[in-house]
Amino acid sequence: MEAGPFIVLSAILFTIGATGVLVRRNAIVVFMCVELMLNACNLALVTFARVHGNLDGQVAAFFVMVVAAAEVVVGLAIIMTIFRTRRSASVDDASLLRF
Amino acid sequence: MLTSDIPVVHPAAGTGIFDLLWLIIALPAIGATIILVLGNERTKSYAHWLGVGTVAGSFLLSLIAFFSLAGIDEHERQVGQHLWTWFETQSSTNPGGLTVDFGILYDPLSALFLLLITGVGGIIHVYSVGYMEHDERRPRFFAYLNLFVAAMLTLVLADNYLGVFLGWEGVGLASYLLIGFWQHKTSAAVAAKKAFVVNRVGDIGMALGTMLLIATFGSVSFDYVSEHIGEASDTTVTLLGLAFLLAACGKSAQVPLQSWLLDAMEGPTPVSALIHAATMVTAGVYLVTRSNFIYENSQPAQTAVVIVGVVTLLWGAVIGCAKDDIKKALAGSTMSQIGYMMLAAGLGVAGYAFAIFHLLTHGFFKANMFLGAGSVMHAMDDDVDMRHYGALQKLLPVTFLTFAMGYLSIIGFPGFSGFWSKDKIIEAAFTENTVVGIAAMAGAGITAFYMTRLMLMTFFTKKRWEEGVHPHESPWVMTGPLIALAALSVLGGFLLLGDWIVEWLSPVVGHVEHHEPPIPALALTAIIVAVVAVGVAIAWFTIGKQEVPREAPQNVSFVTRAARADLYGDALNEAVLMRPGDRLVEGLIVLDDNVIDVFVDGTALASGGVSLGLRRLQNGFVRTYALSILGGAALVVLALLAVNLS
Repeated sequence: MEAGPFIVLSAILFTIGATGVLVRRNAIVVFMCVELMLNACNLALVTFARVHGNLDGQVAAFFVMVVAAAEVVVGLAIIMTIFRTRRSASVDDASLLRF
Repeated sequence: MLTSDIPVVHPAAGTGIFDLLWLIIALPAIGATIILVLGNERTKSYAHWLGVGTVAGSFLLSLIAFFSLAGIDEHERQVGQHLWTWFETQSSTNPGGLTVDFGILYDPLSALFLLLITGVGGIIHVYSVGYMEHDERRPRFFAYLNLFVAAMLTLVLADNYLGVFLGWEGVGLASYLLIGFWQHKTSAAVAAKKAFVVNRVGDIGMALGTMLLIATFGSVSFDYVSEHIGEASDTTVTLLGLAFLLAACGKSAQVPLQSWLLDAMEGPTPVSALIHAATMVTAGVYLVTRSNFIYENSQPAQTAVVIVGVVTLLWGAVIGCAKDDIKKALAGSTMSQIGYMMLAAGLGVAGYAFAIFHLLTHGFFKANMFLGAGSVMHAMDDDVDMRHYGALQKLLPVTFLTFAMGYLSIIGFPGFSGFWSKDKIIEAAFTENTVVGIAAMAGAGITAFYMTRLMLMTFFTKKRWEEGVHPHESPWVMTGPLIALAALSVLGGFLLLGDWIVEWLSPVVGHVEHHEPPIPALALTAIIVAVVAVGVAIAWFTIGKQEVPREAPQNVSFVTRAARADLYGDALNEAVLMRPGDRLVEGLIVLDDNVIDVFVDGTALASGGVSLGLRRLQNGFVRTYALSILGGAALVVLALLAVNLS
């Protein structure tokens, strides 16, 4: 199997995710971009598992999914709370922790 | 080498009364502990008698032990008692370690010291009951006196140098506490501090000597060191001798560490009598005599002892001539008499016995005169200036008569104790070296002058005291001790009867054939008496025959001015030691302020400034942090690539 296209796709997805995290203000969109990066990693892991012919990469991908699921639960709860108190979902508005 | 002539210390375990030797030290120590623990108020009614009782108990035990010792064969008169192992660094991994036992060595030398300390000490305790009667803190005074006696007994009973060191520091502490007993007087507090500091200088010698012993012999016991002293190199032995001489100078107020003794007279008079005349200041002589196996093996160290002794005996005598303070005149005299003892101790086997003999007689007559001076001060409302005395012999008959006994004794009037002891020392000095002999003889003449001056100004001449002073004789509790000490001053010479003291001490210091002095002994004695008579006559014509002014005249010769200023001992210490020390400290302060502080403060300022800049990075925007994480991750990846590709 040719691994190249999958890895390129994974890299593109990861770059999109990273750019989104850095440039977007909306917390939900940032959150989605984080998920995008995680899944780009998953794609790379699964691809390498296939290339090497063992299951290590797939196991790692499952771990990432479990962590991502947990992260969604906690992360969305935080975003909800911030939105309720500040009436805004912008990540730049929540900048209290500074000098 | 003379080693074979020097007796080796080798005590046999004692039984019977000798099992109780520890009790001699323990009794006064217990007395001091009880009074100090219970405190001043609770012991007010009985503390003084407790103090007297414990010392009297020690005296009784010492007396019994003395006669027991005299009863056994001369060659077995060394009794040891092992009390406990003080400390031990020896182990299977360190076989060369140091073991120090706390033990007692009781031999003819310590026996005499025990009798002197507990005997004269007991008499002075009784005297203090009367002298300190009106003092609020009399119990504490007795606690300190008992502490002193216990420490002094430890000093002379210890069977090793470390034990001596313990007692040495103990008497130093007691001396400090008692000089500064009236600490509300600034002069007393300062004098106590001075005595303490000067004594520490001497203690350095003691500590260095002990360390050198440990390094050389791996032991500090007299027993071991005296047996193996021949194995050490000449330089080591000389260094040991000089170190212990420095220690002796500090404790015995010998030049160059003499300056504290005159100021020490700020303490109550019984303290001056007990500590700064009869016992503690003679500890240096004890140390030299006890270390005879060191000094006999080092000619330079012995010569140094003689030089110190001669210089001090003249130094103290000159100071004694110019002082108007009765206690300071006596203190100068003490310094001078201890100079005689040091001189005798430095003469070696021929002199040790006479050093100890003079030490004993001096203990009697000087304690007698100090207590007499205390009695005079008691009568004169604590005035110490002899220019305010005069014509007291009718009003204070007992004090006068007892003081006169001490006076005749110290100037060496034929028949009195001081005559025998000083005569022997001068004779031994002449046998050794004519110059030393002449210096010692001149010292005897000066002694006669200043003591006669003191006697005349106090008890004779016209009365010069103020209106409203009513001199009166002291109570029996003070005159009783005076009479006892006066009797000892007169009769102390009996110790020399049939050369008893020389024979008695020979198991400790060795025996030497008597060398004839260059001129016949009888002629020498006649010359000494003549010199003394000249001293007395000069005093009689310059002081007794003339009006004594109430104020000290200021247009006096250079010598008198120098003697009044303690021969500039203090000025010298100040110029040579204190001022440079001050300068050094001032320089260090400047260094501290301008270099070290600037460096420390600068470091703090710099890190503060850097932090101010760095905290700008903490801007609170999640995106910034994410960017830095990304940058960091990119850096790590680049680094990994760089490592892998290279």
